[in-house]
Amino acid sequence: MITDQKPVMVKVAAKQVHSPTFASLYIDFSIDFKPGQFIMVWIPGVDEKPYTISHHTPDRFAVTIEAKGRFSKKAVALEQGDTIGIRGPFGNGFTITPKTQIGIVAGGCGMAPLAPLVDRLEAEKNSEILFIHGARSRQFILYPDRFSTLRQICTDDGSQGHKGFVTDILEQEIRTRKEAGMPGLDLVYTCGPEIMMHRVFHICEENQIPCQVSLERYMRCGFGVCGACVCGKQVVCKDGPVFGSQTLRTMEDFNTTALLKSGQPVALDQYASWRCQ
Amino acid sequence: MQTDFLGTSLSTPLVLASGVLGNNKAILERVHDNGCGLPTMKSIGPAPRDGHNNPTVIDLGDGMINAVGLPTPGYQNMEAEWAELEGRNFPVNASIYGGSVDEFVRVAEFVCAKGPDFIELNISCPNSDQHGMIFGVNAESSYAVVSAVKKVIDVPLIAKLTPAAPDIGAIARACEEGGANAICAINTAGPGMVIDIEARMPVLAFKKGGLSGPMIKPIAVRCVYDIYRSVSIPIIGLGGITTGADAVEIIMAGASLVGVGTAVRYRGITVFNQINKELSTWLANHNTTLDEIRGAAHPDLETAHRRGK
Repeated sequence: MITDQKPVMVKVAAKQVHSPTFASLYIDFSIDFKPGQFIMVWIPGVDEKPYTISHHTPDRFAVTIEAKGRFSKKAVALEQGDTIGIRGPFGNGFTITPKTQIGIVAGGCGMAPLAPLVDRLEAEKNSEILFIHGARSRQFILYPDRFSTLRQICTDDGSQGHKGFVTDILEQEIRTRKEAGMPGLDLVYTCGPEIMMHRVFHICEENQIPCQVSLERYMRCGFGVCGACVCGKQVVCKDGPVFGSQTLRTMEDFNTTALLKSGQPVALDQYASWRCQ
Repeated sequence: MQTDFLGTSLSTPLVLASGVLGNNKAILERVHDNGCGLPTMKSIGPAPRDGHNNPTVIDLGDGMINAVGLPTPGYQNMEAEWAELEGRNFPVNASIYGGSVDEFVRVAEFVCAKGPDFIELNISCPNSDQHGMIFGVNAESSYAVVSAVKKVIDVPLIAKLTPAAPDIGAIARACEEGGANAICAINTAGPGMVIDIEARMPVLAFKKGGLSGPMIKPIAVRCVYDIYRSVSIPIIGLGGITTGADAVEIIMAGASLVGVGTAVRYRGITVFNQINKELSTWLANHNTTLDEIRGAAHPDLETAHRRGK
């Protein structure tokens, strides 16, 4: 069902701790859902924040939280039986069309919105997936045993897989396929740090590959009225959070500017450090 | 549906309500391109302010409750936005607020120099204990703010009023006497409160919040009706306007322009064009015009009085 009005109070049915900073909270609730959509999670007395749905079955879903700031530290500390409020799902989600060669490029907790998309693609068996996943180090690689598709891992510190960036692998893979006369990528989905997604988008542009990125901005209403999350003329919570190549080409604020809680536009790195408070 | 308003030609009679979307030039322009004649910026305040923690905006189905809490970069920190707005090809209404008459004056004088087409005084927001509504519930303080700001600006002044005022007609009259060129009514109603019975606490972090949307439309229509009978300056009527029929209703109560806010939740950003189309169709079907229906719910008033607005 859709529960996009007053928060619905639900209990944490299970909790999975992935690492000291990542945890998934499972909720036994039948929520309508498309990969890439998000819900607003309310911890009464603390705050309410948007989280993408990272796992979905007809009667259960999960959100995966990285402990970063005041809210997320409280959220990963929630235990089975604790009560939270949820509103949603909101946003457009990824556009899923039958394609044969699909690229998935995930960075850090950007794996969370992509995970149910990979689940879906694997279940549909229509496509071959090039799956690239990067993180700071081995312990930040989310869901290491979840997918049947082989992942190309890269880490900043080289503790697992390639030492370097997901974009190194993406570029190399595109080049290799071209040189070998193999079919190129038909579509790339990406989520991760915005600078990474921006680079992925540009690699896709250079190679005429359609791309869908999932953006993050400070949000309030979740349904496109308050304007807190505007990115250029796009309303991230409503028009997005997933944007395709055509929109990204005209989106001046992509990888440059985001609004603080006050509405003040600032450079993205300044926004990112504020978001981690 | 080109409409003249205080000497400025607007592409349509629709106004974007302050506090909805208006966070940057690009989105104001998009709203304008979608059929809004006069986009309003988010209220600009005297100092940087984050607003409240979430939850701040909750949909209740037949309207919303919100306590966003007047977030603002502060009037001195908006140079980039003003620079972008300078080359605009659409009019802009700058909403401002302050915690005292002096603050209103300081913000208004500064903002006026940045070239908005109108300045709207937010003397009606229920979501801060130090700003807004405390001025608009009292005729003397409304007069004090309006008359002081009027002296330092050279663009038309719009006073935005709260339905919490016991006699909104008297407040509107005080604003007119203070030099206001138009009245905008209404801001959100209440404040109200929603308690989650499982959490056993108010849903909004600020606990109370202003009500908007279809649930408050009858209040808005009554307020515009009262104001129309109290003043001779034009009125921007808003509060729950979602369809062309709603627009007709509030115009008959006396509105010259019609504000739209919460309806963006229910019909998307294209709501402006949808309302424009429904309004034109209604007028055509009834073989009438905006001028003819304005204030039509006041048959006792002279037609000349009605047309004069």
